[in-house]
Amino acid sequence: MSETPAGGWVVVAWAPDVYGAVALDWALADAERRDRGVVVVNASRGDALVDERFAFEEQLGELERRLTESGRPHEIRQSIDPDVAGAVLDAAEQLEARLIVVGLRRRTPVGKLLMGSVAQRILLGAACPVLSVKPGSVPD
Amino acid sequence: MENFELLMGGLESALTPMNLLYAAIGVLLGTFVGVLPGIGPAMAIALLLPVTYRLEPTSAFIMFAGLYYGGMYGGSTTSILLNTPGESASVMTALEGNRMARAGRGAQALATAAVGSFVAGTIGTILVAFFSPALADVAVDLGAPSYFALMVLALVMTTTVLGTSALRGFAALFLGLTIGLVGLDLNTGQPRLTFGVTQLVDRLDIVVVAVGIFALGEALWVAAHLRRKPTHVIPVGRPWMGRDDWGRSWKPWLRGTAFGFPFGALPAGGAEIPTFLSYLTERKLSKRGDFGRGAIEGVAGPEAANNASAAGMFVPMLALGLPVTATASVMLSALQGYGITPGPQLMTDHADLVWTLLASLLIGNTLLLVLNLPLAPLWARLLRIPRPQLYAGILFFACLGAYATNLDPFDIGLLVAFGLLGLMMRRFGLPVLPLILGVILGPLMESKLREALTISGGDYGGLLNEPLAVVIYVLIALFMLGRPFIARARARAEQSAAVEEEKELVD
Repeated sequence: MSETPAGGWVVVAWAPDVYGAVALDWALADAERRDRGVVVVNASRGDALVDERFAFEEQLGELERRLTESGRPHEIRQSIDPDVAGAVLDAAEQLEARLIVVGLRRRTPVGKLLMGSVAQRILLGAACPVLSVKPGSVPD
Repeated sequence: MENFELLMGGLESALTPMNLLYAAIGVLLGTFVGVLPGIGPAMAIALLLPVTYRLEPTSAFIMFAGLYYGGMYGGSTTSILLNTPGESASVMTALEGNRMARAGRGAQALATAAVGSFVAGTIGTILVAFFSPALADVAVDLGAPSYFALMVLALVMTTTVLGTSALRGFAALFLGLTIGLVGLDLNTGQPRLTFGVTQLVDRLDIVVVAVGIFALGEALWVAAHLRRKPTHVIPVGRPWMGRDDWGRSWKPWLRGTAFGFPFGALPAGGAEIPTFLSYLTERKLSKRGDFGRGAIEGVAGPEAANNASAAGMFVPMLALGLPVTATASVMLSALQGYGITPGPQLMTDHADLVWTLLASLLIGNTLLLVLNLPLAPLWARLLRIPRPQLYAGILFFACLGAYATNLDPFDIGLLVAFGLLGLMMRRFGLPVLPLILGVILGPLMESKLREALTISGGDYGGLLNEPLAVVIYVLIALFMLGRPFIARARARAEQSAAVEEEKELVD
C-alpha cells in the first residue's frame, strides 16, 4: 500500500452496479479536490452461489484502469465477510479515513423495514463523515 | 401394438386437470431443485414423500415423474450458465455448454439442451413402454437364485462404476446393507440390531434414512463451509435456436438417445458413461473443428444421453423392481409406502398405475419444454438465494417429513443420526447412492437368498442352479477383471480431452 496521501483516505463502498458507479464518481471528485487517496471496498456475504454485487476479474480490471487514470493513490480491497458494512467500516477505521462514500438506493420506509441496509449500517457506525449519493447525481 | 393402446389408455387417465396440475408442480419443483447444486431430484422426492401419502398413488407418481425430468433439466441449466455441474451426469454438458455461454450463445445451448432432453425423454419413455412388459413377462418366470444374482449385479455395478474408488463404494454399500438389516427378521421373528429399542423393531423407515442422508447430510455439509467466493452467472435471454443450430443438433440428439437408453436400462446405473461416450462420439464426428470453443453438438449429444438414460432407468425399476439410481430407489420406497410390492408382478397387478406413470412421463416431458424455455432467465436468478435461508427451509421440511410419518419424536433423533452419517460420508468422500441402494435392496436380496437356500435345503450350490444366475455371476467376474482396463481407457480419453483444453488455452 502506498503512503498516506496528504489529505488522507476516502473509502468507497463499491459494487459493480449503478450505485457503486455513482459512489466512485463522487469519491474520485473528492480525492481530486482535497488531495486524497481512494480505497475501494467490495465485499460479499458469500453465502449465495451467485452474488452480482461481488465483482469478477474483468470488472476489477476495469475498476483498476479507472483508478489509475484518475492519477490518485488507490487500493482495491475485496473480501468475503458475513458483515458487508463491517468490512467497509473496518477499512475506514484502519486507515483513519476522512470520508466514506456509499451509493444509496431509493426506498420507502416499508421497503427499508423489509430489506435492511448496508448503507444504514455504515451511516450509524462510521466515525468519519459519510457521503451518501444516489444514481443520477453528478459531482460538481 | 397392444402396448401402444395401453399407453394411450394411460394418457387418457393421466390427462385430468388435477393430474396436469400435479405434473406442473412436479416439473417446476424439479427444475427448482435441479438448478440449485447439491439438491437433486432424489432429495426432493424424499422430502415430498410424507406429503404425498395423502394423495392417490397415480397423482403422486405423476408429480415424481415431473420432478425427475425437471431435476435433470435444471442440472443442465446450471452447468451451462455457471460451469458448476450439479451432478456427474452434467459434467460433459458443462464442457461445451459453458463455452457456448461465454461466447454469447447461451440461449442456443439452453435451447438445444431443453429440446434434446425432450426428444430423448420422449423416445426413451416410448422404449420403456415397449421393453418393460416384455422384460416383466420373462422376469415372472425367474427363480430366486436368478433374482438374487440380478440384485448382486445391480449393487456391484452401481458401486464400482460410479465414483472414483471402488473401496469407498463398497464401504458405503455395506453401511447401507447393515442399515437394511435393522428390525425384525421376517423369517424367524428375531429382532436384529435393535439394541433393545422398541421403535427399531419395526424396521427403519426409508423416508427417515433417505431424508437424513440426502437432505440433512447435505445441509450440514453446506453449513460446514457456508461462505465461499461467489461465482458469476452468465446473463442469458430466452432460449432459442436458429436453423443452423437445429441442423447441427438433431443427429447428436438421436445418437445420444441411442447411447443413453441401454445404459440406463442395464442395472449398471448412472448417466456418467453414456454422456461421456456421446461427448467423445460427437467430438470425433465433428467436421467443423469448433469443439473446445463451444460446439452445439457437444451439448446436444450428452444432454440427450443423460435424459435417455434417465428414462431407461424405469425399465429395471418397473419390470424387475430393481432401482439403479438414487431417484429410482426413493420412488420404489414410495411404492412400498402405498403397499404396492415392486417386482415383475407390478406390470400385471397394477397395470393402470404403471401405464399412467409412463404416460405422465410423456406429459411431464412436454410440460418441461413448454414451461422452461420461457422461464430460463428466472431459473438463473434462483442461484442468488442465500444458503442460510435455503437450507433452513430444507431442514424444516426434512424434520416435518420425518416426524409426520409416525408422529414419533424418536424419528427426529434418527433423522439427526442419519444426517450426521450423511455429513461424514460427504466429508470422507463416500458415495451416497450405494448406501441407499443397499438399504432398499438389502432386505429384498435377503428374502430371495433365503428363499433360494430353503429350496436347495441350505446348500449354497442352489444359488447356481439356474442358467441365468450363472451367466450373471460370470458377467460380474468378467467385469471385475476388466475394471482396471476400463478405468485406464477412460482416464486416457479424459486426458486427451484435457490436452485439447490446454491447446485451446495456448492458442
